[in-house]
Amino acid sequence: MGLTYQSTGTAAFREEAFNFSADDKQPVIALAGNPNTGKSTLFNLLTGLRQHTGNWPGKTVLQSKGSFIHQGIKYTVVDLPGTYSLLANSIEEQVARDFICFAKPDVTVVVVDATCLERNLNFVLQVMEITNKVVVCVNLIDEARRKKIQVHTDKLRKMLGVPVASTAANIGEGIPKLLDLVSKVVFDKLKPKPVQIKYDKEIEEAVSKLEPKVIEALGSELNSRWVALRLLEGDTTLIQSLENYYGKQHLQTLQEVLA
Amino acid sequence: MCPTLNNIPVGCNALVKKINASGIKKRRLLDLGLVPGTKVEAVGRSPLGDPTAYNIRGAVIALRNEEASMVQVSKLGN
Ligand SMILES: Nc1nc2c(ncn2[C@@H]2O[C@H](COP(=O)(O)OP(=O)(O)OP(=O)(O)O)[C@@H](O)[C@H]2O)c(=O)[nH]1
Ligand SMILES: [Mg+2]
Repeated sequence: MGLTYQSTGTAAFREEAFNFSADDKQPVIALAGNPNTGKSTLFNLLTGLRQHTGNWPGKTVLQSKGSFIHQGIKYTVVDLPGTYSLLANSIEEQVARDFICFAKPDVTVVVVDATCLERNLNFVLQVMEITNKVVVCVNLIDEARRKKIQVHTDKLRKMLGVPVASTAANIGEGIPKLLDLVSKVVFDKLKPKPVQIKYDKEIEEAVSKLEPKVIEALGSELNSRWVALRLLEGDTTLIQSLENYYGKQHLQTLQEVLA
Repeated sequence: MCPTLNNIPVGCNALVKKINASGIKKRRLLDLGLVPGTKVEAVGRSPLGDPTAYNIRGAVIALRNEEASMVQVSKLGN
C-alpha cells in the first residue's frame, strides 16, 4: 500500500486502507469490546436499515458499517469483531486493533457487559492505551438489575478518566445519554483523560528510551508510548501492520533501533 | 506437583496459581482473564477430549489442552 497517513489526511486514508467510501467523511464511531456484549445490537439500533456489510480489506472477517444522524449530524459507525484483547492473536483481534490504531475513529465506544465488568475492564484499558477518544458503554444494565448488580457509573468514570453511560441496547435504554457523550467527545466539548498504566521501572525506562525513536520514525500520528510498549513486547504483527499502512521507508529508523 | 487446568474434571472448580509461559503466549492467557487468584470452572469437554470449555470470570471460553496445560492451578472441588 505504502501511502502515508500524514500526506493524505484521515478521511482519504480510511477510504484507501479500510474500504470507506468518499462520503464517509463524517465523524467515525467504532464499537469495540469483548464478545457478546451487545455491540451488534447497539449497531443495529443506531443504524437501522442504513447499514452495509462486506469484508475487511484482505480479510475474511465481516465488516459492518452504517450511519446514523444525531442532532442533525451524520455519523459513520463501525461494528468491530468482539475480542478479549487487542494483541492481534487472531484475525479478529488484528482487525479491531488496526482499525482503532490506524483508522483512528473519532470515538471508540467500548461496549462492556454490566454483569461481568471485571472481565471487560482489561479490554477497556487496552483501548485506552491506544487512544484518548474513548467512551465506555456499560450495556446489559437490565440484566445487571435483574441480578441485583449495581454499577456505579460515576465511580467508574472517575477511576477510568473517560465518560461512561449505561445502556440496555435491546430496549433502547440509555441511548440518548450515550450519543450525547459520544458527540461531545467527537467535537472536543469533552476531553477524556484515560488513566495511564505505569509499568515496572525497568519497562518504563526502556519505553522512555524507545519512544523518541518511535516519534522520529512515525511522527506523532500514532500513540508513541503504545507503539513502544508493543515493540518491547516483541509484537511482530504490529510491525507488519505499520509496514502495510505506512510504507517500509518510515520504518527504517525504527528497525535500525531494534536491530 | 500442582495440577494444570487441563486436568480439572468437568463440573469442578480450580484457582489459578501461575501461568507457565512467557511473552505473547502468557499475555494471551492473562487477557482471557486467567490472572492468578481467578476461580475457573471446567464446564464441558468436547467428545475427543480437546478443547475444553471453561467459565472464566463470567464468560465461557474454549481452550485447547496445549493452552490449558500452561495454567497451573489448585483444585477447589465442585
Ligand atoms: N438483556 C439484554 N440483552 C442484550 C442487550 N444487548 C444485547 N443483548 C443480547 O445479547 C446477545 C448478544 O448481543 P450481540 O449484539 O450479538 O453482541 P456482540 O457484542 O455483537 O457479540 P459479538 O459480535 O460476538 O462480539 C443478543 O442475544 C442480544 O439480544 C441488553 O442491553 N440487555
Ligand atoms: Mg457482533
